[in-house]
Amino acid sequence: MRINCPFCGTRGNEEFTVLGAADPVRPDADAPVPDWVAYAHARENPRGPHRDLWQHQHGCRAWLVVERDTLTHAVIAVRPARDA
Amino acid sequence: MDYSIFGLLKNALTGNRLWAPVWRDPAPKQRYDTLIVGGGGHGLATAYYLAKEHGITDVAVLEKGYIGSGNVGRNTTIIRSNYLLPANTHFYEKSLQLWEGLEQDLNYNAMVSQRGVLNLFHSDAQRDAYARRGNAMRLAGVDADLLDAVTVRAMVPGIEMQDARFPVKGGLLQQRGGTVRHDAVAWGYARAADRRGADILQNTEVTGIRVEAGRVLGVETTRGFIGARRIGLAAAGHSSRVAAMAGLRLPIESHVLQAFVSEAVKPLLDTVVTFGAGHFYVSQSDKGGLVFGGDIDGYNSYAQRGSLPVVEEVMECAVTLFPAFSRLRYLRQWGGVMDMSMDGSPIIDRTPVEGLFLNCGWCYGGFKATPASGWCFAHTIATGQPHPLNAAFRLDRFATGAVLDEKGAGARPNLH
Repeated sequence: MRINCPFCGTRGNEEFTVLGAADPVRPDADAPVPDWVAYAHARENPRGPHRDLWQHQHGCRAWLVVERDTLTHAVIAVRPARDA
Repeated sequence: MDYSIFGLLKNALTGNRLWAPVWRDPAPKQRYDTLIVGGGGHGLATAYYLAKEHGITDVAVLEKGYIGSGNVGRNTTIIRSNYLLPANTHFYEKSLQLWEGLEQDLNYNAMVSQRGVLNLFHSDAQRDAYARRGNAMRLAGVDADLLDAVTVRAMVPGIEMQDARFPVKGGLLQQRGGTVRHDAVAWGYARAADRRGADILQNTEVTGIRVEAGRVLGVETTRGFIGARRIGLAAAGHSSRVAAMAGLRLPIESHVLQAFVSEAVKPLLDTVVTFGAGHFYVSQSDKGGLVFGGDIDGYNSYAQRGSLPVVEEVMECAVTLFPAFSRLRYLRQWGGVMDMSMDGSPIIDRTPVEGLFLNCGWCYGGFKATPASGWCFAHTIATGQPHPLNAAFRLDRFATGAVLDEKGAGARPNLH
């Protein structure tokens, strides 16, 4: 699998580390417990397009949101996390 | 018909032309008492123990592909019960005990081989951690032996003991661990469940779960609607998708795990060895191939194939630990889709939907759990209550905080 880093160009995925799903939104500090449980543990886990957070650890160290197809490993889009 | 030496002789002398199929290929009935979704090892074992332990025989196992096509035929065949947390230790020990009696119970040769599982350690701190794990196991009545480097060297001559970066200081041995021929586990349970009356429906994909007023009515399949009073989900890497059909959102991510087999060579390894300084484990099959694996790739995947960096890492671990392996060619490599839970431990429980039961979250340790998973899941389905052995494997533990994090890695599936 190769990821097209918007800053460095296309690199092999061994240059990157992966954190997990990009879409869970951190609740407010005083949000009820079920919201926190859903944020920390529940996942959509789709078979198909999925957005996850990667860091270009052995490159520019930027955090990226990578949209990938989990069935084919095709990389659909890569954006800097702050813009995604 | 039971297998026996006389049956084998008769069939050998008649050119193996008289063997009959060992399970039926029935048409689905309109309704069953209990449906099991997923015809892998866990689902088939559940059907078998529902009949054997609870007398429930009006059961169908629904399998999307064919028996043996999923993770039950894609693992590295290792069995062991060397866990630290009490809930895991007792559960996996039950599993190991069921493995020990499996072939007599099923009348099927699964090639259960208790050749030992040796976990190597490479530092004083790791020795302490392994001693603690061994002590926890022995307190629970499980066998464990802490070996020094001299004993390890005598036991497995091929290991590079004096590697400059990761010298081998010793190992924790579970002699009762070992390997089992994984295809035979699927076939053995399928045959045994079928003989007790369960219908095994291959090429029958579940496309929906019908729920009304909070209770299950049955499943939509590619062969039509099938009604049921109770439904057990045992869909491994596809658990999230099946559970979503009933409106559940699980604490599961699907990840790919790769495994490898080398060309066949003469016997050089008579136990299972795990590397303590990287994620690598190896055994030698009876055909002579070295069967080995490493870590999951680390990203969500349903692809049943991984990427090359993990292949390279596993090979590096292999030749670091066994320099002689560098002259081998590897024959095949494959991937399976793992249901990685958020704390690295499984779920066998009821669900908020009446009549719907859940068995998932096996991460990359599901094969060794097959008998106990089926045994406990059958108990949970039959009685409506978890057995004490799976009482800790609750779905709501992520909300209550009673998580079972064997590694202490937190809610990060790709770290377990």
